[in-house]
Formats: sequence, structure tokens, C-alpha cells
Amino acid sequence: MKQYLNVVTAYMIMFILIILVGIFQSWSQALSILNYCLISAVMTIGANIQWGYAGLINFGIMGYTALGGLAVVLVSVAPVPEAWKAGGINMIGSLGVVVAMIVSIRYILKKIQKSKKRNYLIAGIIVIGLLLIRLLAGPGIESIEAVNPAKTGFLGGLGMPILFSWIVGAFFAGGLAYIIGKIALGLRADYLAIATLLIAEIVVSIIKHEDWLARGVKNVIGLKRPVPYEIDLQTSPWFISLVEKFNSGKLKVIDTLSERQDLLNQLVIDASSVYVKLCMAGLFLTVVIILLIVTQKALYSPWGRKMRAIRDNEEAASAMGKNVVKEHLLIFILGSAVVGLAGAMMVTNDGLFTPGSYRPMRYTFVIWVMVIVGGTGNNFGAILGGFVVWFLWVEAAPIALFLINFFTAHLPETNALKVHLIESAPYFRFLMIGTGVLLIMRYRPQGILPEKIIKQ
Amino acid sequence: MDFLNAIILLLNYTIIPALSYGSQLALGAIFVTLIYGVLRFANFATGDMMSFGTMFAVLLTFYFQSLGINFGFLPTALLTIPFAVIMMILYMLSIDKFVFSYYRIKKSPPVVLAMVSVGVMFVTQAIIRIIIGPFDRRFLDGEKFILKATEFKEMTGLNEGLTIKSTQAITIVVTVIVVSIMFWFLNKTKTGTSMRAYSDNEDLALLSGIDPKKVVLLTWVIAGILATVGGVLYGLDKSYKPFVYFNNMLPIFAAAIVGGIGNPLGAFLGGYVVAFGEILITYAYKKFFTYILPESLEPNSLMQLLSTDYKFAVSFSILVIVLLFRPSGIFKGLRL
Repeated sequence: MKQYLNVVTAYMIMFILIILVGIFQSWSQALSILNYCLISAVMTIGANIQWGYAGLINFGIMGYTALGGLAVVLVSVAPVPEAWKAGGINMIGSLGVVVAMIVSIRYILKKIQKSKKRNYLIAGIIVIGLLLIRLLAGPGIESIEAVNPAKTGFLGGLGMPILFSWIVGAFFAGGLAYIIGKIALGLRADYLAIATLLIAEIVVSIIKHEDWLARGVKNVIGLKRPVPYEIDLQTSPWFISLVEKFNSGKLKVIDTLSERQDLLNQLVIDASSVYVKLCMAGLFLTVVIILLIVTQKALYSPWGRKMRAIRDNEEAASAMGKNVVKEHLLIFILGSAVVGLAGAMMVTNDGLFTPGSYRPMRYTFVIWVMVIVGGTGNNFGAILGGFVVWFLWVEAAPIALFLINFFTAHLPETNALKVHLIESAPYFRFLMIGTGVLLIMRYRPQGILPEKIIKQ
Repeated sequence: MDFLNAIILLLNYTIIPALSYGSQLALGAIFVTLIYGVLRFANFATGDMMSFGTMFAVLLTFYFQSLGINFGFLPTALLTIPFAVIMMILYMLSIDKFVFSYYRIKKSPPVVLAMVSVGVMFVTQAIIRIIIGPFDRRFLDGEKFILKATEFKEMTGLNEGLTIKSTQAITIVVTVIVVSIMFWFLNKTKTGTSMRAYSDNEDLALLSGIDPKKVVLLTWVIAGILATVGGVLYGLDKSYKPFVYFNNMLPIFAAAIVGGIGNPLGAFLGGYVVAFGEILITYAYKKFFTYILPESLEPNSLMQLLSTDYKFAVSFSILVIVLLFRPSGIFKGLRL
């Protein structure tokens, strides 16, 4: 038990902090922070699988997150029949061309020896394929985007339940990771970092600008929800009576009936948003716990030992007959799939898909900071990192504001420096996170909760 | 005549912009490559360091303007570059002293240093945003154009106008000057040679009595000059916005890798490869073909390979292709 003491204390502190937000700001705010903390935790588990288990740097987190979000749109949104009628055949045709290109290139790679002729053949297939796609897809895209552009203008999804899209998101991200892994995994560590960063940018720019796919920067709003809607809750009697029961003390104090009704209405509105967020938190917590159990099992299984051996000494592991390339690819796919799952969860939580918001700062570097701060190679640490850093990221501005006011209390309200500092309070979050990373890297390079090797 | 018109069209919309954008990227790419070659890590704070230097140039420009100092028809910002460079170098050296030197002495793997540079990136971004704010700022003054389209049309009688913005000319001239001085220093002076020796083989260089502290100091000084000059030129040409500078890190990395990371000449050329790739692939050639083809063959589509939305994606695709086929850069083995 003693060895888990620091884990328990760290989580307790985090828990208390979130409760303090609930008491001092609002419960709704505290629960949004908690939800995002849980989503960040899933992302950090993904990144930790790659970095902590195998030492692979993947700066493409943003790309997988975006793909997970895309999956939500493609799975859960109702299909747009007019758009399918207008350009569906063209798009399916282009997809067919892509498949044909891949199959024929694979065939050539297998059948023909490495030679100039083979290169020319492949180049020819690619050029002809691209031309065909342009001819086919061009008019299709135009007619799809012309269908009611203010509301749809895209093909829509499959109209399936949104929870299913989480799995699809994981598969999308895993598929992308397979392609990236095939291209880039042979590179040196820092080359890999740059390559994945840039490939993620390509993915996001495709999602942003292909409007027929998911409306691009026009955003998809009003996605389905796996939990009840606030409006429905506010009108359902069981919920109102539940709120009444919880707040009976508050309600009793008020005498007049109309005032009591007003207060009750207000309480119901507040409680409905808290209830929805609680349901979300429950879903997310289930995912986090399942992932945690699976990853813990994997980490201390023979497979986990093999991965650590490969991480710590690639050449030795390879000499012992472990297939380093294959294991790296596998872990790259697994980690990315988890990140894709997190991306789908995040879009579900927000209820909207905004491709314009995917930026490397927020979705790659902050996630990496979480992994480093929390503890590389330790799942509990990675999750804690997600909590701590996200908490700081959100609460940094209020904290900074408080500190600025505290230290400039003796200055008059109109002092230029004070006004300027208060205006730039939101940017102190970068400063806090940056200094945090530098301090952790310097004085506790293993993170808050270091990796534990259990010897059997 | 049509042929000339076509040439001018291309010059105006692709070649001149690509040359100036390429120069800005090239300066950044040499900065990345130098840090990578000598200090041996991928510096993720590149964009923000360039932004930091530019910030001082912007602030000093505003200060000089308020004092009534200007540089005639040239932008005042050029006057402020030396001061901005000094601030930049001081900042870089203090970061090196408090952050990077610890890991260098410990001989940490490059990955750790790259992670540390992410921390530096966050801190630098915070400082920039706290000092100057996240807003878009234009600090170009002086003459805006060297050659205006209408003047050119009158001079030559052609249909197409040629515009040369003063910032484009300044970018190209300043880049040529800075880069040639740098290459002269690296190749012809004893200190420069010692730097290259250190970059090629650290242990051997130490054995032959090269002072590593001096090499590191010099690297940061050169890097500071390159970062500030590159950043100021970019800011003059477009505008100064911290977020854009952070994003510019990506094509700069692409340029450095395309040129073969660790190879300054490759990085210099890589900047132009990326810039020309981006602009040539996303340019709509319709008008060009209307000029050179007979009327019956005139195209009705835009004749654009990729829409301009994919400008950044093009440079990254170039990078991916290079990584696939020549991971050590397309200018492998090219040395001055």
C-alpha cells in the first residue's frame, strides 16, 4: 500500500482542487474542467503508450484528434440524400479510383523488380489516377456543396449512434498511424517528431478545406448526444421533483409561491446542465478506467517487458530476435488509436466539430507537456499529468489575475503597467506551463509520478 | 508580345514572391540547421525566437517613429535590426545558460533537448504576448513600391504589369548580404572552420583544442542574427503577428530537412525549394495559358494543380516525399 501512497495523495489533491472550483466558481464549470481533464487523460494515455512504452515521439496528436472528430461527424450525422443524389456517384467513383490505384501499385511493387521501369509505371499510375479523380470529383464536389450550403453542403454521415463513432474514430486514427508509421518510423527520433507534426498539419488542412466531407471551416453543429438534452430534462417531472428534493431546505425559506417557483425554475436549469455533464463524466470515466486497466495489464505483461527492452536498448532487443520495426509500428498504431478515441470523445462532449480549432499548440504540445509533467512510462502519472496541466491551462488566467492584483495592489487603478498586465492575464498560462515543463525536465525528468518497474 | 506578357505574368505572381518568401524561409532554415548541426537538437522554439527578435524591431520602430527618426525611403525597421539582434542574442544566451547548457553538459539525448525546446517555446510565446500582445501589427514605412504595375505598363506597353514591392527587393538584397557574410565566415575564417569541425565530429574537435564554449557562443550569435533578420524581413513583407510566426516554424523545418538538416547551404536552397513548390503548385495558370496557347486551345478551368488553401500542405508533402526517398536531404554531399 505504501508504494501507492504518492499516487493516492496526488489524485486526492487534484480531486480537492476540482471541488474547490465547484465551490468557488460553479459546479457546472468544475464538471466541464473534469470532463476535459478526462479527455486529456485519454490523450495522454495514447501519447504515453508511444513515448513511455516505446520511446517514439509522435507530434501528430493533433491529426489523430481531428480524425477522431471527423469520425463522429461521418458516423452520427444523418445523411443528406439530396447531396448523395447530386454527387454521390462521383465521389464513390473517385473512391474506386483511389482503391484501384493502391491495388495496382501494390501489384506492380510485388511483380516487377526494382528498376527505372517500375518507377515510371508507378508515377504514371499516380498521375493518371489524380487526373481521373479531378475529372470525377470536381463536378461532384461542386454539386454537393451547392445543396443548401448554409445548412448542409456535405454528404452527411451514416446516422448511426454516436457512441459507435468512438470506435470508428479509433480505427480512423489507427489507419492513419499505419500509413504514417510505414513512411516515417524508420527515421531518427527528432526527424520523426518533425515529420509527424507536419503530416498532422496536412491531415487537418484536408479536413478544413474539403467542404463536401464535413463542411470544413463552416463547422458541423448540433451533433447527437449519448446523454439526455437539457431542454428535455427541464420539462420532465421526475427531474423537477428530484431537484425539489435536493433543494428542499433552500425552497422552504421562501414564503411566496411565485418566488418559490422562480427559484425552482432557476435551480432546475442549473441542475440540468450539471446532470448532463455528470452523465458525460460517467461515460468518460468508464473509458478512462477501461483503458487504464488494459494498459496496466499490457505494461506488466511479457509484451510490455519486450516493449521496454526495445525502448531501452533497441540493438540488444533486435539481437535477441525481437522484431523492432513491427513492434514499433504496432505501438504507433495502438497509441494513435487511443488518441483518435479521445478526439471523438471531445467532439461528442462539445456537440460540434470545428476543424478550424485544431492547432498544434493546443492539441500536440500541450498534450506532450501533460505526458512529461505527469510521468513518462507510468499510466497513473500520464493521467495525472492530463488533469494537472488541463486544470492549470483553464485556471491559469484567474490565478494570474489574482497574483497580478495582489502584487500591484499598491499601484493606482489607472497605472499603465497594471492595466497592461491585467489585459495580458490570459497569456500567463503559456508562461506557467512553459516554466513548469522546464522545471520538471530539469529537476524531476521522470515526471511527478515516475515509472515503476515491478520485478517479478 | 503574348509570350512576353506570359513571362511577366509569371514573374509578377510566382517568381518574385517565391524568391522573397524563399529568402525568409532560407534564413530560418539556416538557423534551424545551425542549431541542429552544432548543438544537436531540433529547436521547436524556432518560430517564436524569430518572433521574439522581430518584436524588438517592431517596438523600436514605433519608438524611433515617435522620435521622428526615419531611414528615408527605406523602412525604419532596418535601422532597428542591430539593436533587435543584440536583444535577441542576449535572450538566446541567457536561455542557453539557464536551460540548454545543463543538458549539453549532461550529454542528454537529442529528444530530451527537443522536449526542453518545447518548454522554451511556451515561455517565449508567453513573454511575447505579455509584452506586445497577440495582435496583428504593420510596421512598414518608407516607400512601398519600387515599381508599380501602371508605371511598368506605361514603360513597356505590355498588358501585364510588373509590381516590385520594396520589401521584396529589400528581402532579397539583405538575405544575399547576410548569407554571403555567413558562408564567408564559416568557410574562410579560422573560427568558422572550428565551428564546422565541431559540428562534424565533436570529440575530434575537442582533441584538437577547439573551445566548445566559444563555438556554442558563436552559434547562438549567428543564430540570433539569422532569426532576427529573417523575422523582420517576413514581418515587413506581410505583417507581424506572433501566431503566424509560430506556424512559420513548420515550412522552415520542411526547408531545413529538404536541404539535409545540418547542412547550411542545403537549408538555404531548401528554403527556395519549399517556397517555389508552394507557390508554383498553387498558382492558377489559366491566364498564362491564354497568353501562350492559340485561342482555340484556351483552357476554361483555372488550371490550378491545388487550391491555395493547401499552400502549407504542399511544403509538407514535399518534405514527406523527400523523407521517403532521400532522408538525408536532396542536396546530400553538397558542401561549400
